[in-house]
Amino acid sequence: MTAVLRLNEISVVFPSLVGGGNLTALDRVSLDFGPEEFVVALGASGCGKSTLLNVMAGFIKPTSGDITLHDEPVTGPGKDRGVVFQRHALLPWLNVIDNVAFGLKLQGVGESERRAVAQENLELVGLSEFHAHPVYQLSGGMQQRVGLARALTSNPEILLMDEPLGALDAFTRENMQELILDVWRRTRKIVFFITHSVEEALFMATKLIVMSPRPGRIAREYDLEFSARYSELGNARAIKSDHEFIAVREEVLSLIHGEQAGGTEATDP
Amino acid sequence: MNLLARFRKREEAVDPYGTPGTGRSTLISVTTIAAILAAWWLVTQLELIRPLFLPSPELVIAKFLKISCFDHYWQSGAAALGLVDEVVAECEGFSENALHQHVLWSLYRVFSAFLLAVVTAVPIGITMGMNRYARGVFDPPIEFYRPIPPLAYLPLTIIWFGIGDFGKIFLIYLACFAPLAISARSGVRSCSIEQIHAAYSMGATQGQIVRQVVMKAALPEILTGMRISIAFGWTTLVAAEMVAAKAGIGVMVLNAARFLATDIVFLGIVVIGLIAFFFDSLMRWVERSLVPWKGKM
Repeated sequence: MTAVLRLNEISVVFPSLVGGGNLTALDRVSLDFGPEEFVVALGASGCGKSTLLNVMAGFIKPTSGDITLHDEPVTGPGKDRGVVFQRHALLPWLNVIDNVAFGLKLQGVGESERRAVAQENLELVGLSEFHAHPVYQLSGGMQQRVGLARALTSNPEILLMDEPLGALDAFTRENMQELILDVWRRTRKIVFFITHSVEEALFMATKLIVMSPRPGRIAREYDLEFSARYSELGNARAIKSDHEFIAVREEVLSLIHGEQAGGTEATDP
Repeated sequence: MNLLARFRKREEAVDPYGTPGTGRSTLISVTTIAAILAAWWLVTQLELIRPLFLPSPELVIAKFLKISCFDHYWQSGAAALGLVDEVVAECEGFSENALHQHVLWSLYRVFSAFLLAVVTAVPIGITMGMNRYARGVFDPPIEFYRPIPPLAYLPLTIIWFGIGDFGKIFLIYLACFAPLAISARSGVRSCSIEQIHAAYSMGATQGQIVRQVVMKAALPEILTGMRISIAFGWTTLVAAEMVAAKAGIGVMVLNAARFLATDIVFLGIVVIGLIAFFFDSLMRWVERSLVPWKGKM
């Protein structure tokens, strides 16, 4: 399996806000993304997950290391990498369908054509009936589905999702997890997905990376198949209450808690 | 009392417990205006204050009919329709002009200054928000002249541009420019970094970001800036018309003050207030229809 997107020894150092020192957000992180992979990054706040996503999106230039897409260096944002944000990313002056079609408008695609593509993607996320609604009248979950449809409309090779479900309530969140897996199975995009929730991470990932803070590093990688099992069986609750699932969940939890304990010890003089 | 009942009902239907200042205030405002007018009428009717200080409403209305040449135009209209044979009433006006001529001159000055300010201040303000060089260049002069009263630099505009209309429009233009540039500049900040990043990752160019994201997001603040700006324009009008203007509401008020014609001063104030109020209502309507999403995301 050849890697499509390759991160090689990426480090990001920010000038620290307190004192004169530096803050190492990412410390020599290497990661490969193969075709059709669903990679989930999990970790406590400040472990560099979002920085990693921003590097991949091209919003942050790494201090050292290089990032390549099909062996071409990534130098800035581009439509080959679509981004779904946690919130505040839709354009309230456009209605649902024009938000979804916005990327094609930027590329100069004609109105009828871009609306047709947008309508297809709205159907994919189950919002085709809401195409004429103003986005600010939608619920948080629906807004995130619009954000997903919008990212898909530019037909990117990779979907970068920065805690897309972080602001949603628990019930909406579970539905959205299944919806995103369905969309992923149908579109076969590479996905990089950030979350705080261990259960969400295990359920969705084909590859899980657990990150540790100060400096941000990949503590451990897991290859998982719960999402594949969900695609076959279609029963999310059964998978999440499976003893194997629970065993891995406990392992990951103790890994994260251990890292946090280790982290606090390390900062003591 | 059907209206009052509906008013109460709408008041109950709104925001959750403890939200400050809930409920509609229209009826209260109407009552207040009526009370002020009634007090004005009563005080003058009882002759508590001499007409020199406070002319009665009737007096002001009579002056309005006289200066606006109401009878003259009424008869002219009737004569045109063949209802009367000749126009008897003469058009006296005030300061050699009828009221509508004063109003049109002032409207011309205020609105040409305002439009000039819109087409210059909005692009400059947005550039200031987008670019540190533009901000560095424009910020000191704007922040320096902004708090100076227009009366202080009125002599300068006369010395530089003479006593023609350009100097007058320029004075009003300066008053309109600063608030508009400042609101456009801060409007640039209204779009979230996520919106900009999302557009970039859909392949937007920098120009597209400015036109299709930043300027759209700045529109509510620009519209608010326009409302503030036109109000500054009206407050500067009288100063602008102080020197060598033949017609204009400001001229009318200033000349009337010279003859202690308090009723005409009142009339001028009311006319300016009403025009400004109607324009502001219009702008609020534009705001509601143009940016219904304001403050909702």
